[in-house]
Amino acid sequence: MTGQDYVEVQGLTVDFDGFKANEEVDVTFLQGRIHFLIGPNGAGKTTLVDALTGLVKGTGRARYGNLDLLSLKSHQISRAGVGRTFQTATVFEELSVLQNLDIAGGVHRKAWGMLRARKGIPDYVQEAMETVGLADLRDRPAGVLAHGQKQWLEIGMLLVQDAKVMFLDETVAGMSHEERDETGELLRRIAPSRTIVVIEHDMDFVRNHADFVTVLHAGKVLAEGSVADIQGNPRVQEVYLGRNIEEVSHE
Amino acid sequence: MSTPTDVESPFLPVAATPTDRRRLPRSSPRLSRDTVSLIGIGVFAVLMLLVAPAVLSDFRLNNLGKYACWAMVAVGIGLAWGRGGMLVLGQGVYFALGAYAMAMHLTLETAGPDAIPVFMILYDPLAPLPGFWEPFRSGAFTLLAVVGAPVLLAGTLGYAIFKRRVKGAYFAILSQALAVALAYLIGGTIKLTGGDTGLSDFKYFFGYDLSDPINKRMIYSITAGLLVLCLLVVWQLYRSRFGELLVATRDAEERVRFLGHDPANIKLVAYVTAAVMASIGGALFVPIAGIISPKEIGAAASIFLIAGAAFGGRATLFGPVLGALLLGYGRSSLSEQWENGWIYVLALMFILVTLLAPEGVASIPRRAAGLLGSLRRPTESRPPRNTAAKETKS
Amino acid sequence: MDSLIAPFLNGTADGALLLIAALGLALTFGQMGVINMAHGEFLLAGAVCAFWTQQVVASTDVSILVALPVAFVVAGLLGLVLEATILQWMYDRPLDTLLATVGVSLALQQIFLQNYPSGVPVEKPSLLDGQIDVLGYAWPLRQVFTIVLAVACLAALGALLKYSSFGRRIRATVQNRALAETLGVATRSVDRMTFFIGSGLAGIGGVAASLIGGTNSQMGTRYIILAFLVVVAGGLGQLRGTVIAAWTVGVVTAYLADWTTGSLAQVITFVLVVVFLQVRPNGLFTVRTRGLA
Repeated sequence: MTGQDYVEVQGLTVDFDGFKANEEVDVTFLQGRIHFLIGPNGAGKTTLVDALTGLVKGTGRARYGNLDLLSLKSHQISRAGVGRTFQTATVFEELSVLQNLDIAGGVHRKAWGMLRARKGIPDYVQEAMETVGLADLRDRPAGVLAHGQKQWLEIGMLLVQDAKVMFLDETVAGMSHEERDETGELLRRIAPSRTIVVIEHDMDFVRNHADFVTVLHAGKVLAEGSVADIQGNPRVQEVYLGRNIEEVSHE
Repeated sequence: MSTPTDVESPFLPVAATPTDRRRLPRSSPRLSRDTVSLIGIGVFAVLMLLVAPAVLSDFRLNNLGKYACWAMVAVGIGLAWGRGGMLVLGQGVYFALGAYAMAMHLTLETAGPDAIPVFMILYDPLAPLPGFWEPFRSGAFTLLAVVGAPVLLAGTLGYAIFKRRVKGAYFAILSQALAVALAYLIGGTIKLTGGDTGLSDFKYFFGYDLSDPINKRMIYSITAGLLVLCLLVVWQLYRSRFGELLVATRDAEERVRFLGHDPANIKLVAYVTAAVMASIGGALFVPIAGIISPKEIGAAASIFLIAGAAFGGRATLFGPVLGALLLGYGRSSLSEQWENGWIYVLALMFILVTLLAPEGVASIPRRAAGLLGSLRRPTESRPPRNTAAKETKS
Repeated sequence: MDSLIAPFLNGTADGALLLIAALGLALTFGQMGVINMAHGEFLLAGAVCAFWTQQVVASTDVSILVALPVAFVVAGLLGLVLEATILQWMYDRPLDTLLATVGVSLALQQIFLQNYPSGVPVEKPSLLDGQIDVLGYAWPLRQVFTIVLAVACLAALGALLKYSSFGRRIRATVQNRALAETLGVATRSVDRMTFFIGSGLAGIGGVAASLIGGTNSQMGTRYIILAFLVVVAGGLGQLRGTVIAAWTVGVVTAYLADWTTGSLAQVITFVLVVVFLQVRPNGLFTVRTRGLA
């Protein structure tokens, strides 16, 4: 990896028939920095990631290298080195851990090679398997893995893909404390050579592992900065507090 | 779901010695399963190619050949539906492509050089042969069409459908609509295609007299051989990386897309392969059954074609082929004695299989074993396939 | 002039019939996500009901009016039985509902075929025997009746969904089953009621079908496929889309049949709808939401 990699989003707007899920979002994700996206439900965090990974259409610009992510299709974005996970861990339940990881590395294989059976384990697959700590479970079907392990497997798949930019959508939700800590360490280990963006609700996890935080509210960027900056920001406190009051009165 | 104490802490260094790290042990269950399957195909080949011709009468062997044609379609359905998740409710279309290509050739061969088919003479003795019939005078062209036509049609159609991400029920109904439409089209163009009566009374098959039992036995052998070949093709596909990718696409298409693959291409390969198998099955069905009509390709016929795969276990290697052979046998023997009853049996079977054993009869022992196993070890929870994928954060 | 007006009017009547079939399907598929391939055979059941009531009620005019509620209830009950015996076990497996009901549809077709090999001979009501003159074309009153019936079904269903508490419960169950349950909606009985009404509509469609054209065992297959395409082309859960799609399909098929042949028209319509779905895979009217992963 030479130089600093980054994704620069400018004026991103996602419009669902008049409802603006994201409006004029400007944000820059830098390599080597664990960047958290936080905000109340409906703030537009997942939609932002959806737009950057080709799942929904957005207007504006999202520059990565010399590409505009908003103009590419999902699989092209993925091939450009931008990967993501989903809120609900989606691994291929019937395939083994090894097969899951191997598929992630399959993009650059020749079509003819696809028709042959795998012989041995490619080095990069083995490496990813060890990094996420699933090497012992190589032949287990992914469907029987624990929830946390599935999330790690997903991250492992991104590693095999050699994703330089990773969007992780609520990865630690539903994990135990130990699993969260381990996930945090894992992110720390893989972060230096990558751009990592994490959507998160769990404030403890944010406090412990964030290098930089962007707060979204009602589709717009409300505040940006270090954890300390954000915690001291009166507007952020207002939004979080105000939302709680609203929620109670609405539901 | 599970506490972290279930496994060793995942981030401890992996206790793997360099020697056992890079190679898959020979006794790995995946490899041995492939080998067992291959042996199974060998046994099946011996039964179909050597044993059956030795013990069955001409009549029975011809019937078995007919079931083998349906089984060929079922093998393709297993690939497209079982592994690829595409519920192909209209494989009758591709069956028809092969069947009508072959039937047109045999009709022309029976009529003789430069003559026009008998049924056309009945309508209009002076009518010229329709233009699209002409190339089917050539046997080589016919064989080419049997393979090429489904590739073209399934290729174009599949490309359009899968690129637009049409799937699930929409795909199923669209494919059925196609089969119904084609059956209408053929039924409504009696002067061109023989209409609802279909094409029949073939006398020759590439120069061989169809009234000679030896020649019929030869056609059976070709059919059985091609069926074994189809099995070998899917065997290789299933054990390949493509097979893994196909299953992955079936279970989580969106995820596959985000891994940089285009699921449409993956599905297309499986769909076209299935179409070619259906077409070859259709082509061989014609000299064996001696007739092809819209009744063999419409909605009900297409459902019969898929029934074998549903019954035997669509995602397994042998399920579709055995299911289709069994159903074919059931259809002949039941409708001999109790003509209408057969439909009820088929209907009931459909309902019971989807209700009780959605993965086919072949899965029942495994499910039972799994049930017993989970009773014995109540602590090990194994989430059911569909709900696990939807499981959300707590 | 006649050649332009006649297909339009005939096609409108056909479209109306299709609409009745599609409304029921829109309810069970659109609202509940269940694909009932036997829906087409419920149409046949409606036609049989029309025939039965004629055996009991001598006056053809009265019998057809009696047949409508009878067919609604009979087809509705068929739907209920189907729901209770098979579908309720598969709400989380939509493709399996399709397969299982394919089996049911096969069986019902065969029952019909064995009892009425050449269709049910429903006598046309004398009141509807006449024609009205539309720009020189004598338009059969039976077709007008079908259109009136379709409009009535549409209005009733629309009102039911929009204004009644039952309609609100259906929508609540569709949108969030778990939440609806916690709010005290008995979702199981909502399911059954929805299925009853959706299937009952098919019965009414069957009565209308028995007046317009001949009935045969294959009729159900034809209607289920067209109705399904209409529901999808109209946009799921969008009644106005369903109406426009049904009407368009009816009229276009009629013109095509006029210009070519009946069977070719069927084929071309199928192809056109498929092509349309290529262009607008989500139908005429859709609500865009955040992509579901």
